[in-house]
Amino acid sequence: MTRLTVPKTYKLYIGGKFPRSESGRTYEVATKKGVFLANASLASRKDARDAVVAARAAVSGWSGATGYNRGQVLYRIAELLEGRREQFIDELMATEALSKAAATTQVDTAIDAWVWYAGWADKYVQVAGNGNPVSGPYFNLSTPEPSGVIAIVAPQDSSSLLGLVSVIAPALVSGNTVVVVAHQGAPLSAISFSEVLATSDVPGGVVNILTGSPAEIAPWLASHADVNGLDLAGAEQLEWVDLQIAAADTLKRVSGPVVGVPAPSVERIVQWTETKTVWHTKSLI
Amino acid sequence: MTIEPAIALAPAERAVNLIGSDLTEKSLKLHLDGLSGVDAVGLEQRAAGLGTRSIKTTSKAWALDTIIKLIDLTTLEGADTPGKVRSLAAKAVLPDPSDASTPRVAAVCVYGDMVPYAADALGSAWSNGADNGINVAAVATAFPSGRSSLPIKIMDTKEAVANGADEIDMVIDRGAFLSGRYGIVFDQIVAVKEACRRENGTYAHLKVILETGELNTYDNVRKASWLAILAGGDFIKTSTGKVAPAATLPVTLLMLEVVRDWHLLTGEKIGVKPAGGIRTSKDAIKYLVTVAETVGEEWLQPHLFRFGASSLLNDVLLQRQKLTTGHYSGPDYVTID
Repeated sequence: MTRLTVPKTYKLYIGGKFPRSESGRTYEVATKKGVFLANASLASRKDARDAVVAARAAVSGWSGATGYNRGQVLYRIAELLEGRREQFIDELMATEALSKAAATTQVDTAIDAWVWYAGWADKYVQVAGNGNPVSGPYFNLSTPEPSGVIAIVAPQDSSSLLGLVSVIAPALVSGNTVVVVAHQGAPLSAISFSEVLATSDVPGGVVNILTGSPAEIAPWLASHADVNGLDLAGAEQLEWVDLQIAAADTLKRVSGPVVGVPAPSVERIVQWTETKTVWHTKSLI
Repeated sequence: MTIEPAIALAPAERAVNLIGSDLTEKSLKLHLDGLSGVDAVGLEQRAAGLGTRSIKTTSKAWALDTIIKLIDLTTLEGADTPGKVRSLAAKAVLPDPSDASTPRVAAVCVYGDMVPYAADALGSAWSNGADNGINVAAVATAFPSGRSSLPIKIMDTKEAVANGADEIDMVIDRGAFLSGRYGIVFDQIVAVKEACRRENGTYAHLKVILETGELNTYDNVRKASWLAILAGGDFIKTSTGKVAPAATLPVTLLMLEVVRDWHLLTGEKIGVKPAGGIRTSKDAIKYLVTVAETVGEEWLQPHLFRFGASSLLNDVLLQRQKLTTGHYSGPDYVTID
């Protein structure tokens, strides 16, 4: 007996929920050969605005959790990703026309990168922080704190899943919340990834995923006064100089375009932190 | 902000005019129970329909400014201090320090004992009974529960008026209303209205809070609105903000319909104030549409319509900044309440 296919509707991920685009728009996602795969939501600037509101609301809870706890929560996501390997492999084979071996490599690399970043959650402070030398009877300590809400354009040229993971994990480690515009042509793995997030222990709003046109959404995120950092990793094809200028108006931290996928590095964690320096008297011993 | 002194009818005069000189609890009850029932499904459908209008660009700019002009900026917490009231007053005078073209709010709404601080902090911006300026509204009559004896409620009101309150927000005795003793509610409103009289014979504006969240049915809301108007209220107000649900669009629509009916019947204009639970510009714009479509645009003035709100103002300011600058603003750019 023939069976009808059950195509999946891919929606946005905002504030822990899966809404359709406020604009009601969708776009077709196809294989490299042009075979229809699915309809994905075409996010509008208002979806981006809603996502920033959700991300802002989640900052205090996520940044207030201990580094150890954040590490556990992030590692839990890697566990769930591992359980969904087959689904991600299938989606990457379909959207990026990869061989099974290449898709498997990408999924495994993404999971490994995630685990690598999760491990840094309770360690990066020791590396990036410092006890400053002073000539007086007091301590002077510098410690990194999360910047707040980070808007990200995920890598657009290849590796949709690995690219997404490589930009959101470093921002999450220190306690930032993110609004990320996924790979435009291959957004399916990003939305499947958000299903993993929704069933893990990450509070709603910590990660918000938009699908659609980075060229349309990025300018609104770059100029948004309530966004603290702008990661232009996948903005090479956009007018990224204009985006940097817009970001400068509201004093955002900005990270520039990257060719390919950014390699895992502690620098990517530390770039989304602010250094807090305090002093404290030495007690009498 | 103008308050028409012509409203200074003697308390209960409206009821006497409408029901007749033999005004008794029985005749009042017969009158109120004779009001037609509310079509709840139709009301909610109508309210939902009014909430779907899309207001954009210049209309939105006008709507945002109008909302600010209609706000009663409110702080009604047990933890209120003179300092908190002063900062509220400063915000009422200059809602957005980054944009001097922002209009001022209609009034600040505080507890009775905070009225002197509010009036003092408003300074020259305080209307003090004059035509323009920011009013000071005080909640009175054992707000928010209304559970105290009439002499105490009257004292509460008189003190607030003597302190300089331009407007009194009183609560009705919901217990008496729900148990059918309309006469008690009526007499209390009349007595409080009388207590609103200033030494020079003018009256402080009286807003009657129905606390619709506790009235349970739309029929009760209609009766309570009618009762409050009969007893001499200048405004009918949905809620204290301390009970959920507070203001909802259907309830406000219903109260506006009562006001419209009263206007058709007598030519008098009664104000409406939804309070509590209106937090976003989008919601507030729905109320503006409802007012304009139900009683007419004439009601979109501070002496006939108000929003009781605190966090709404910040959201309106953010939207206003978005319209002015072209990019989204954030909570860092407005004051923390």
